[in-house]
Amino acid sequence: MLRKIALATAATLALSAGGALAAGGHAELTDFAFAHEGPFGRFDQFQLQRGLQVYTEVCAACHGLKFVPIRTLSDEGGPGLPEDQVRAYAKQFTVTDKETGEDREGIPTDHFPHSGMEGAPDLSLMAKARAGFHGPYGTGMSQLFNGMGGPEYIYSILTHYEENPECAPDGIDGFYYNTSFPNGGVPDSCKDEHGVSTVPGSWIAMPPPLSDDQVTYADGHPATVSNMAEDVSSFLMWTAEPKLMARREAGFTAVAFLIVLASLLYLTNKRIWAAQKGKKTA
Amino acid sequence: MGGIPHDHYEPKTGGEQWLHKRLPIVGLLYDTIMIPTPKNLNWMWIWGIILTFCLALQIVTGIILVMHYTPHVDYAFASVEHIMRNVNGGYMIRYMHANGASLFFVAVYLHIFRGLYYGSYKAPREVTWIIGMLIYLMMMGTAFMGYVLPWGQMSFWGATVITGLFGAIPGIGPDIQTWLLGGPAVDNATLNRFFSLHYLLPFVIAGLVAVHIWAFHTTGNNNPTGVEVRRTSKEEAARDTVPFWPYYVIKDLFALAIILLVFFAVVGFMPNYLGHPDNYIEANPLSTPAHIVPEWYFLPFYAILRAFTADVWVVIAAEWLSFGIIDAKFFGVLAMFGAIAVMALAPWLDTSSVRSGRYRPMFKWWFALLCLDFMVLMWVGAMPAEEPYATISLIASAYWFAYFLVILPLLGVIEKPLPQPATIEDDFNAHYGSKAHPAE
Amino acid sequence: MSHAEDNAGTRRDFLYFATAGAGAVATGAAVWPLINQMNPSADVQALSSIFVDVSAVEVGTQLTVKWLGKPVFIRRRTPEEIEAARATALSDLPDAKGENANKPDADAADQNRTLDEAGEWLVMMGVCTHLGCVPLGDGSGDFGGWFCPCHGSHYDTAGRIRKGPAPRNLPVPVAAFENETTIKLG
Repeated sequence: MLRKIALATAATLALSAGGALAAGGHAELTDFAFAHEGPFGRFDQFQLQRGLQVYTEVCAACHGLKFVPIRTLSDEGGPGLPEDQVRAYAKQFTVTDKETGEDREGIPTDHFPHSGMEGAPDLSLMAKARAGFHGPYGTGMSQLFNGMGGPEYIYSILTHYEENPECAPDGIDGFYYNTSFPNGGVPDSCKDEHGVSTVPGSWIAMPPPLSDDQVTYADGHPATVSNMAEDVSSFLMWTAEPKLMARREAGFTAVAFLIVLASLLYLTNKRIWAAQKGKKTA
Repeated sequence: MGGIPHDHYEPKTGGEQWLHKRLPIVGLLYDTIMIPTPKNLNWMWIWGIILTFCLALQIVTGIILVMHYTPHVDYAFASVEHIMRNVNGGYMIRYMHANGASLFFVAVYLHIFRGLYYGSYKAPREVTWIIGMLIYLMMMGTAFMGYVLPWGQMSFWGATVITGLFGAIPGIGPDIQTWLLGGPAVDNATLNRFFSLHYLLPFVIAGLVAVHIWAFHTTGNNNPTGVEVRRTSKEEAARDTVPFWPYYVIKDLFALAIILLVFFAVVGFMPNYLGHPDNYIEANPLSTPAHIVPEWYFLPFYAILRAFTADVWVVIAAEWLSFGIIDAKFFGVLAMFGAIAVMALAPWLDTSSVRSGRYRPMFKWWFALLCLDFMVLMWVGAMPAEEPYATISLIASAYWFAYFLVILPLLGVIEKPLPQPATIEDDFNAHYGSKAHPAE
Repeated sequence: MSHAEDNAGTRRDFLYFATAGAGAVATGAAVWPLINQMNPSADVQALSSIFVDVSAVEVGTQLTVKWLGKPVFIRRRTPEEIEAARATALSDLPDAKGENANKPDADAADQNRTLDEAGEWLVMMGVCTHLGCVPLGDGSGDFGGWFCPCHGSHYDTAGRIRKGPAPRNLPVPVAAFENETTIKLG
């Protein structure tokens, strides 16, 4: 189910797009039903593996995952790669050994590399560092029902590159119009008299990263932009919260047990106080 | 302990007597756990135990987090990720600590508003109230410093903004701010001292909690009627009270189980809902997040801080009267701390002879408005500083002060209270029927 | 006491015991994570096994790697060393046990010490069983194996103690060939 949600953001942060440009207005996010969503949602292992592939072949050119140990790719509940594949995967990276100070091939106990490009943020926690659904009126009720929306944000950014709007046919040099990106610059011609942007989204420094059939999935899954964006968003949710499923299981166990304990305590409490309370006569 | 007459611990065996003569600790514990407690306490009297539990939870999970955390600007953020990814069950312990702070504040606000409604602050319980306010202030300090430790963007900029409040003090402000930070800006020195104090203050709070309990065990608990327990004899007192164990221990444990049920639902299924996404971005002194919003429990006072801008007439008047010493920024700081100060002064501002709000027909409405006011302040505190929120927060802040400084003193004079029950026993029997004393 | 009262009492007691029991279980379940968090974390556990590339180790040379904070000797023995080790009678050994984690109950015969049947690959912890010094290798000592300079313990070409204060043979850790050129330790 795809549902367009236009949400107002009042961003005041102008990125490096120059003084003539103030911050944008609102951005459009797509609410997407990811496999891991909902109280009993679980990561789709094969989706995570495809997401890893998209990350490796596309995102990793500029972005890093410095908080993620490579060994966790074989963790249960994650992509679940066999250990020999993880070792082979780690070998593509060159790591400076902390003890010897010499460069060597990566091993599973190393972390993914840092971002290789200035200005490209690390993606390890991106799915938790971006919230999707704030409103209405800052109460966060929309968040409560739709989830935090970090993966939706990533999905939307990746898929919502559009032609420059009519108000600014030339856009901003070196930046790309994205209807889901709230914090970038907006040309003055796209603002009303109060300086508020009249177009959804703003201009982002990242060129559109995905195009159809950019990667070839081993399982024959069609590599459309939407599919790749979905897979990599899901993968980045896993990198941000690898213990998601274990945490929900622990929470569920605790809640279930506390229902039993609370029931017993309720009865005990009633029994104890019965001696003090009589039949209400009045 | 003074107060309500009741049976005290009597050492029976030789061993018990031997210890009792040297250290009457068993007697102290017995008298504490068996303390006569008004038997008509309602479900708003559970929060004290919940708060004690929260303090214990925060101390225990906190000590564990310290075992894996590194208080250094280069490692703090990464060490939190280490806790979330590598430490056995670390993700649960950290989320419990983070959400435990929220539970702590939910409980403390309900505890404070219960006290405000039932007049628990009134004589002879002023000392209990004042110590409670001290605990609340320390909780805020501890929570604020704890929020800095993960060294995310909100940690960093929250620390910058809040320590900036002290910079607003006329004359010596900038020096105080530098002294607090240990440098010109928030940096490693700040992180280290906040870490040290964040570890220390909970134990100070624990000490204050002991004094808080000592104080109200001396005066006896307040209760929903505000009528005191009869104290002329043990027998009469026993008809108004029940021993804390087992009656209130079991009742409070039941309440705790229900609250933990909700707590674990939050920790398990939406642990980041109350947090701010920007705190998952490592602190960057060169880039301020679009919105700096404090944690939800600071929002009401944050709203008061921001409400008094330079164009408000009280601010203009204050600036003129003080020859420019009190500018808008400093006025906001004074207002924020003043909002807590007027609450602490409630015992002397409330002139009513009746303790419980239950028997005060006019007070009830003003109190309900105060609760609503608190929620409104919390909401506007999260909104950007622009219209209409600026006006709303100014009105809401004004009501907060008016409630304590004008309404409470006046109500005591003009209000005609309802009749109160003669004894706690009467109130209890009216609710539950009389069966307590079949022997009579 | 009437029968009915007795029944009521039993039911009450059962409720109280059930509540206390559930409370105890809850407390126990809460305490366990507090203890378990002090066990080695995932990043530490991940270091408990490593892969060593031995493709560059020539016959008659030795590779020393660090594993779990200690040195591990990986020696590719010459035919002479193998022969010398296999010719030694068990009765000449102070420690007749194999000290091989891969063959827990085996005796100290040379075949029980090496990684492969041919006896070419010898993998041992490089920690003297006397007081923990690192012995010198490359044919040192009276028996052409290792010699600990701290207190003069001599180990033979199979890493077995022959002379000096050390009580046991150098222990062989859990190890196996992952493929022809890689040894997995742990």
